Amino acid sequence: MADLTRDDVLKLARLARLTITDEEIEQYRKELSDILQYVAQLQQVDVSGLQPTTQVTGLTNVMREDEVIDYGSSPDALLRIVPNTQDRLIKVKRMIG
Amino acid sequence: MSQWLPIAELAAKVKSGELSALQLVERSLQTIAEKKEYDAIIAVTAERARERATNIDTAVKNGEQPGRLAGVPFIAKDNYLVFGAETTAASNMLRGFIAPYQSTVIEKLEAEGAICVAKANLDAFAHGASTENSDFFTTKHPLDKERVPGGSSGGSAAAVVLDMAPFALGTDTGGSTRQPASFVGCIGYKPTYGTMSRFGIVAMASSTDVVGTFARTVDDAALVIDVMSARDPLDSTTIDRDEAGYIDLSADISGKKIGIVKEWMSSGLDGGVKQVIETAAEKFKAAGADVQEISLPTLPLALAVYYIIVPAEVSSNLSRYDGQRYPYSNSEAVDLDESYITSRGTGFGAEAKRRIMIGTYVLSSGYYDAYYNKAQTVRTKLINEFRAAFERLDFLIGPVAPTPAFKIGENSNDPLRMYLADVMTVGPSLAGIPSISVPAGTSNSLPVGLQIIAAQRQDRALLGMAKAAEGLLA
Repeated sequence: MADLTRDDVLKLARLARLTITDEEIEQYRKELSDILQYVAQLQQVDVSGLQPTTQVTGLTNVMREDEVIDYGSSPDALLRIVPNTQDRLIKVKRMIG
Repeated sequence: MSQWLPIAELAAKVKSGELSALQLVERSLQTIAEKKEYDAIIAVTAERARERATNIDTAVKNGEQPGRLAGVPFIAKDNYLVFGAETTAASNMLRGFIAPYQSTVIEKLEAEGAICVAKANLDAFAHGASTENSDFFTTKHPLDKERVPGGSSGGSAAAVVLDMAPFALGTDTGGSTRQPASFVGCIGYKPTYGTMSRFGIVAMASSTDVVGTFARTVDDAALVIDVMSARDPLDSTTIDRDEAGYIDLSADISGKKIGIVKEWMSSGLDGGVKQVIETAAEKFKAAGADVQEISLPTLPLALAVYYIIVPAEVSSNLSRYDGQRYPYSNSEAVDLDESYITSRGTGFGAEAKRRIMIGTYVLSSGYYDAYYNKAQTVRTKLINEFRAAFERLDFLIGPVAPTPAFKIGENSNDPLRMYLADVMTVGPSLAGIPSISVPAGTSNSLPVGLQIIAAQRQDRALLGMAKAAEGLLA
């Protein structure tokens, strides 16, 4: 696998919704390239006949009743952790320019 | 010598009125204050702890039953939501987050009378193996302040060895309970995936995250595990508890078939650690166990599998921290998109950003099959090898980590080198099987743990084996 370029890092940061500084670009370019080189060793492994594992204890869909239960909290307690509210709504910045 | 009696005895004395819960809480808070320079603790929850202790003491006076853990203080890693307490996961992103509800396992411990006295330090969002990735400070090793206590649950592990409380909770995603337990010298238990509810714990990688238990003895750990283990409708991955429970263990090792993992005993292993593991194997043999070498050829690939799957899940779980729903937000942004990217860009530390970007890469179209899907398939191969091994063996043993506790700063400039600290613990995590670190000796005067692993849902048998090991290796 080839090393990541500066543009690759900027694209990843953009996809992940992260700002990064100019200094960080070079740092992450090198570190992420090292990590991806390391994990790329899996590409040589023969896995013919095997399926991917997504759940290790064999559970499939687990259903429960959709009931209101009391866990000692309240909508107001939840809203208190939100940085910006107005009239019991979460307030965000404008979405279109 | 610990200031704490075995947990069952402490609770019995509180129930009989010989000790008061408030005395125990004050003793715990005082020890935390006296040992502040180790930076094991992010915050104490003194007010609520004293209130709960007073209620328990009143219940005892009124002849009520305060529970199996009556008055026993404990410390929770700061990624557990505890009513009314700030829960930061040692991250700037969650600074100021006052838990509006409480973790299921904290509820279960409280229902039996246990009292949370403090929240312990960790690598931010549990990403790391040393606590150096904490956005606040690095916890110092209890025996050598220039060294790390391991991680990510380094604060909880150090707190137990510093005698701050009889037990502590950690989490274990790829070794975050077992590795610090090995580094500082206490019991660290990772159960079968799903044994305990993760509801109310800050999620890291949901396919391997489990509740971890730190204690001084296997019996202490087992009692706490017995209280916490149950299915929970609020965590649909939970499984039924063992009908026999997790206490009153049989510590008989005679006739047990034990495999020493070949792949972990070869190159790159510290000489002192190797010696400790080999000596443990000899002692097990002398006690009547059948100890043989076993090879799991895919095991050396487990770390590569882990560092694809876990960042993928991290990138998904951490997408909720977007500057809108949790306290940290960049108020200067002019529109929503800028608010997302600048809040995340300045709120997350370097390791969280690295993992989010690796996760984003391996899940992105064009790379998904080559990385994520391939890793999940190699995971199947690894699970099959563990399963085959447990068809003829009762337990596997090996080191917990390739070295004893390393120096602060030794690995912090090279993320990949830090990841190698997890090389022996990630396999059981990926397979969802139980694994424990038991103190087994020292290398250069630093503690070394023995890792013991069992088949899925064999937690009760594993705890029994660990109790036998504890007796033989003490």
